[in-house]
Amino acid sequence: MCNTCGCNITPGNRAHAYNPVNGVTAVSVLQNLLAKNDGQAAHNRRHFDQHQVLAINLMSAPGSGKTALLEATIDALKSEFHIGVIEGDLETENDAMRIRAKGVPAYQITTGSACHLDAHMVHDALHHFPLAGLDILFIENVGNLVCPASFDLGQHRNVTLLSVTEGDDKPAKYPVMFRAADAVLLTKSDLLPVLDDFDPMRAESYLRNLASSVPVLQLSARKGLGLEAWFDWLRNELAQQRNRMPLAEAALHVF
Amino acid sequence: MHELSVCQALIAQVAQIAAQHAATGVKSVRLLLGPLSGVEAQLLQDAYPSASAGSVAAESVLLIEIAPLKVKCETCGAETQASPNRLLCGQCGDYHTQLVSGDEMLLLSVELLSGAA
Repeated sequence: MCNTCGCNITPGNRAHAYNPVNGVTAVSVLQNLLAKNDGQAAHNRRHFDQHQVLAINLMSAPGSGKTALLEATIDALKSEFHIGVIEGDLETENDAMRIRAKGVPAYQITTGSACHLDAHMVHDALHHFPLAGLDILFIENVGNLVCPASFDLGQHRNVTLLSVTEGDDKPAKYPVMFRAADAVLLTKSDLLPVLDDFDPMRAESYLRNLASSVPVLQLSARKGLGLEAWFDWLRNELAQQRNRMPLAEAALHVF
Repeated sequence: MHELSVCQALIAQVAQIAAQHAATGVKSVRLLLGPLSGVEAQLLQDAYPSASAGSVAAESVLLIEIAPLKVKCETCGAETQASPNRLLCGQCGDYHTQLVSGDEMLLLSVELLSGAA
């Protein structure tokens, strides 16, 4: 939403737009509270676009298998695409080390006590992370189903993981997060036979209640189940990202 | 959990507007928040005094309005009320709906003080 073209005025807030306020000088603003983050995110996105990189923001609760999914994805697609990873955690280089062990570049952001990544942290990380030659950049957000949903990083797509060891009603409990997802992955699906309280259909129906029609994919990174559908989704998104790139800009990039 | 950082960004925005208008103080700050904004009004209120302390908005009041949650159905065209985890059409029950209102996180207006008030 922006303050320039008026798209921040919606039927819900139109009545508030130019209401006179009693007082000294009332100034109408109508600007998103996170305008600064959103501006930085737009800058990051342009940066990704110029390098023809598809940026994917991976979000989930801690322990849902984001890093394991990345490891399996890198193993399978390393020869097909050039992949890079930015890791977000409160502390440690552990995840970046796991990714580097797979032979792809990784940069670790340690947020200290911050519960999410924001566009400025990702921008700073990009200064240490050459995008040239990359096809897909994964940004693994801090494990948290609340705050990361509010901060645009400049990604093209959000992918939210829900492991089957969690409750299948998580989309109902964390609507802001699941509404933001462009794809939902039900991970650790190899454990479904021993977890009789997680019903994938129920998880999907809670997601549909959020007016979301995004794909729901069941997979297990550890056992290599259902990964092909995820890889196809990635291939399709990368093709779409390349189509989105205006020809003029692509030419600018080449020369 | 991130309301303090949202609040700090808000104060920075308000300070910038105050500077543009050469204001000496801020009387009030009005926000519009939707239930799906990801920000809790009460937590924002709690964070406001510490985020605004020492700034041009230090003496200001934070006023928060809550936007209604409404969806428009792509199938039957009805515009109906919804709840945060049930955004289905209230008329026909379809999930192909668009959010019309409810995810706002907007700074609506500020009241600025000028001169030796």
